[in-house]
Amino acid sequence: MSGFAWAFGRDLRLAWRHPGETLMVVAFFVLVASLFPLGVGAEPQTLRRIGSGVIWVCALLAAFLSLSSLFAADYADGSLEQMTLSPHPMVGWATGKIAAHWAATGLPLTILSPLLAMQYGLDAATLGTLAFGLALGTPLLSLLGAACSALTLGARGGGVLLALLALPLFVPVLIFGAGAADAQASGLSPSPHLSLLGAGLIVGAMGLPPAVCAALRIALD
Amino acid sequence: MNWFYFSSPSTFYRFAGRIAPWFYALAALLAGAGLYVGLVVAPTDAQQGEVYRVIFIHVPAAWMSMFLYFVMACYAGLSLTFNTRLSAMMARAIAPTGAMFTFMALWTGAFWGRPTWGTYWAWDARMVSELVLFFLYVGFIALANAFEDPRRGDRAASLLALIGVVNLPIIYFSVQWWNTLHQGSSVRFTGSTMHIAMLQGMLLMAFACWMYAIGATLTRVRSVILERERRTRWVREL
Amino acid sequence: MSALEIRSLACSRGDSRLFRDVSFTLPPGEWIAVRGPNGSGKTTLLRCVAGLTRPDAGIVIWGGKPTSEAGTQFRSAMLYAGHAPGIKDELTAAENLRNALALRGAAPSDEALRESLGSVGLAKIRNLAARRLSAGQRRRIGMARLALDAAALWILDEPLTALDADGESMFAGLLERHLRRGGSALIATHHAIGSLQAKEVRLAS
Repeated sequence: MSGFAWAFGRDLRLAWRHPGETLMVVAFFVLVASLFPLGVGAEPQTLRRIGSGVIWVCALLAAFLSLSSLFAADYADGSLEQMTLSPHPMVGWATGKIAAHWAATGLPLTILSPLLAMQYGLDAATLGTLAFGLALGTPLLSLLGAACSALTLGARGGGVLLALLALPLFVPVLIFGAGAADAQASGLSPSPHLSLLGAGLIVGAMGLPPAVCAALRIALD
Repeated sequence: MNWFYFSSPSTFYRFAGRIAPWFYALAALLAGAGLYVGLVVAPTDAQQGEVYRVIFIHVPAAWMSMFLYFVMACYAGLSLTFNTRLSAMMARAIAPTGAMFTFMALWTGAFWGRPTWGTYWAWDARMVSELVLFFLYVGFIALANAFEDPRRGDRAASLLALIGVVNLPIIYFSVQWWNTLHQGSSVRFTGSTMHIAMLQGMLLMAFACWMYAIGATLTRVRSVILERERRTRWVREL
Repeated sequence: MSALEIRSLACSRGDSRLFRDVSFTLPPGEWIAVRGPNGSGKTTLLRCVAGLTRPDAGIVIWGGKPTSEAGTQFRSAMLYAGHAPGIKDELTAAENLRNALALRGAAPSDEALRESLGSVGLAKIRNLAARRLSAGQRRRIGMARLALDAAALWILDEPLTALDADGESMFAGLLERHLRRGGSALIATHHAIGSLQAKEVRLAS
């Protein structure tokens, strides 16, 4: 069994036994996205214009919420040490954990996004672009977030420090993801945005896990 | 020259103490010359009047903020690769100066923006990237100080600096893609090429800021060294 | 069977220098007790040998090769158990054991798992979520892992913590069997373990 499969299976089972995390992320997403019309006014034209951006920001914040627990539990109960000392290469199980994290947070957000898009009155094509963009972007957010989470393991300042580190790194994902949906809504092609997101995901999937491993080693030192 | 001679904190402490004043003096001289050129010699701009003169601080500050981040990331890389204490201390010493220049660039940019484009803040590539850079600096400083063990703070912040230096161009290009108000490339803002005096003024001020940054970093690294090495004999003898 | 060799190991935590110039050899079939007062660096020494903490100086050699070069080989042959046992609350004892062994590349049958948990006295509660187990019972899951794992070198930090007299003698039996098979162990403890003789490495404070 590879390190990736081991970590992915284990973390998914843990998330299944303890679904509080997933439910909280999803609830936050829906709640905040529903707050915006209350604050901005429910005029259909306004909502249609701000819809994709708002949904993206909410997805970003919801994904961010679950980041601090990515490595914290394993760090506290000694599992992280055992994983680091296993014969499996570190990159394998670290990527497995990140993938499981995405499956338990980013994926539900992506699946729910069409419902919220309908709340904002977005048309079918925009809705599709939004969901596809989220499907590409949320794994990248998990990867970027994992690096920040690993860096701040056991640090003072907790969530705020993590926000300070992670949110600036999230900016390009937000720009291209929301940009794709907006382009679709104005009749332009979203493919340049989506291809850049896709490219970012590939580069991130290759380059970020080693950075996460380096950060974890620093935390265990 | 044996570079590793200087990588010992005690020797570097004395060395930095001796040369820092020279950099401050150089900075003052260059700033004097730069401000003279900028405020007196350079002509009034056809479209923007006298207000444009704020670029003599704004542009050098912006250049410095990005340059210093790059230098900081280099020291961060050195400290992670060779595990030297002094490289990590230098990175820590640069960060506050870099943050200061970023802050100055943002404020002078807003000050310039109001009369020129009617708005204090514009969502264009450069301003947003500059703002993100400010958060990267603050994040670095916060992370470095977030741990009991300063060495752990050093390493975590160094890794963060490296991640940031890769991300900064990405953020810049992504925001530029998204929107741009600023004129395309560097020092063109009247649509035509700049008056030579304006360019001279900005370059002089840029060098002044650079010299100041070196002086400030050297001074700051001395206090970082003192604090880190406070248990060693040579510090107690001071 | 490989031998562990430590040469001139030095490490500091924060500002204080914990130990320096620690050298010893651990041949197969023997075990070394690391002793010293609280705060003298026993845990740090074990972590340096295992590879979790980077030492200031010195080198760890396993089977003739430095562990910095032959890392994977060393980690397959070595089993580390620190203060925190690496047990997930939400999983059962059996699942925790299976996971821990799979992480090290072993895939024992359900039979073997059940038998092993039975031998450490956890047969009846093996399907209980670990959060419901006492500290001593969690330690016993660790002992079941030691029994089933094929590692040649054990690096254990205070393994007798939270164990009752029964558990202590169980552990002594496990260690004896391990040493007889040619394994070796580096153990930080201030107890005697059964009647087994050991070399000592003492860390001053």
